[in-house]
Amino acid sequence: MAAFGTGGRRPLQGRGGSAGLSFTFYAVLAVIAMYLDQRQHYLERVRYGLQAAAYPIQLAVSSPPAAWHWLTDVFQTRDALRAENAQLRSQQRDLEVRTMRYEALARENGALRGLKAALPPVAERWLAAEIVTVQVNGLRQRVLLNRGATNGVFRGQAVLDDHGLIGQTTHVGPWSAEVILITDPEHAVPVRIERTGLATLAVGAGDTSTLALPYLPANADIQRGDLLVTSGLGGVFPEGYPVARVTEVHRDAVQPLAQVRAAPLARIDMDTEVMLVWFREGHPAAPSAVIPAPHAVGEVKAGNALLQPQAAEHAAPPGPGPAPATGAPPAAATSAPQGTP
Amino acid sequence: MSGDSRLRLLLSALVALILTVLPLPVWADVLRPAFLVLTVLFWSVNAPRTGGIAFGFFAGLMLDVFQGPVLGEHALALALISYIAVREHQRIRSKPSFQQALIVCAALVIYEVVLFAIDGWTGHPVTSPLRWVHTVTGALIWPPAAAILAYGAGRRA
Repeated sequence: MAAFGTGGRRPLQGRGGSAGLSFTFYAVLAVIAMYLDQRQHYLERVRYGLQAAAYPIQLAVSSPPAAWHWLTDVFQTRDALRAENAQLRSQQRDLEVRTMRYEALARENGALRGLKAALPPVAERWLAAEIVTVQVNGLRQRVLLNRGATNGVFRGQAVLDDHGLIGQTTHVGPWSAEVILITDPEHAVPVRIERTGLATLAVGAGDTSTLALPYLPANADIQRGDLLVTSGLGGVFPEGYPVARVTEVHRDAVQPLAQVRAAPLARIDMDTEVMLVWFREGHPAAPSAVIPAPHAVGEVKAGNALLQPQAAEHAAPPGPGPAPATGAPPAAATSAPQGTP
Repeated sequence: MSGDSRLRLLLSALVALILTVLPLPVWADVLRPAFLVLTVLFWSVNAPRTGGIAFGFFAGLMLDVFQGPVLGEHALALALISYIAVREHQRIRSKPSFQQALIVCAALVIYEVVLFAIDGWTGHPVTSPLRWVHTVTGALIWPPAAAILAYGAGRRA
């Protein structure tokens, strides 16, 4: 096929016509490929294979920076290591103190929500992944990770670092995955203002330090310094993970919408290692299941019992399907931990 | 002979691909010429039967995997400009390198227009004017790049 039309040993005279024919053939092929990839997602398998072929090249390109990293690590001075060690130690102590009452709070929260036992954490499993230092696309905010389908990574998986949300996977190859960052102009995260509970969307602004909140009315209760957390709507990110902090609020008298900007909490341009997260299905804070699965109904005590059988009947259509009354208990349940400061 | 030149073609494409994905700081990345596109143009003009439209198509497909939102986008753009280059290769080849650079600039603009249109139609628009910078830097780097490629292509012939 590669020799079609441009054929190696074709006489010179015939080439003009055959170039046009060959171009027509490849143009049609390209258009079909675009149509299938865009509309039907038929080409996932093809892309999967091509991504496998591309990965060795990407890995080779990223190896000099990786080797440099390794070298600087190896030749770090004893003092620097000791200082880092001390810093990590104090950081660990801080974190331990902070999580000391976590068990007790989780149990208390469970009791308040009428559950027999505290809910397990929504994140079930983590996998650390390294960012492969290759240019994916300068004008788009994408990065490549060194984990893929063989590690169980799937399309649309949430990616976090230790400060906040980073993005989600878009194309998954066998050993690598492309991540669209929350700062990409094509990406929008459903967020909630932690202080007020107001839900909106945070859209990428195209550089690593800015998110825009373009859909807030001018009189919305939002101010500089407000924390934005994921709202759990949209089906990708679970509820309650930190995303960004509001940096700028402009209210223009002639414009119906406020111009709000926020800075992502994740250190997107400095990260070399990130976390891929698997979330527990059926958990109230999980992204997909808004309504508890029928088997979980038995664990719910009297307070919600009147509403539960109805919710169980309507369990099939997730999200906005059921009537407001039946939709209320899970919504109330999910906002409970943040709603009682 | 044909196998040898095909090998050199693939080698130059691999080098160009590596230069395309090499991590650079943001300002340098904006200036980075589209090396693989220049390589496709060089082969289309200087060895239209070795390179040509098929080479352009598959090189574009590789670019799609590395950085395209849709499979087939760069493949179409590269097939188009390699078709133009193959058709006009005798006329382009006889020009002095300054005029060649101007033609390359025009070809890069056509390439970028195709990408821009497809980006928009498929709903992945990048409207930043910075995306056009590489058409100029690509034209500027064409004379030395073509000389290097010609040296590589001729050396082991």
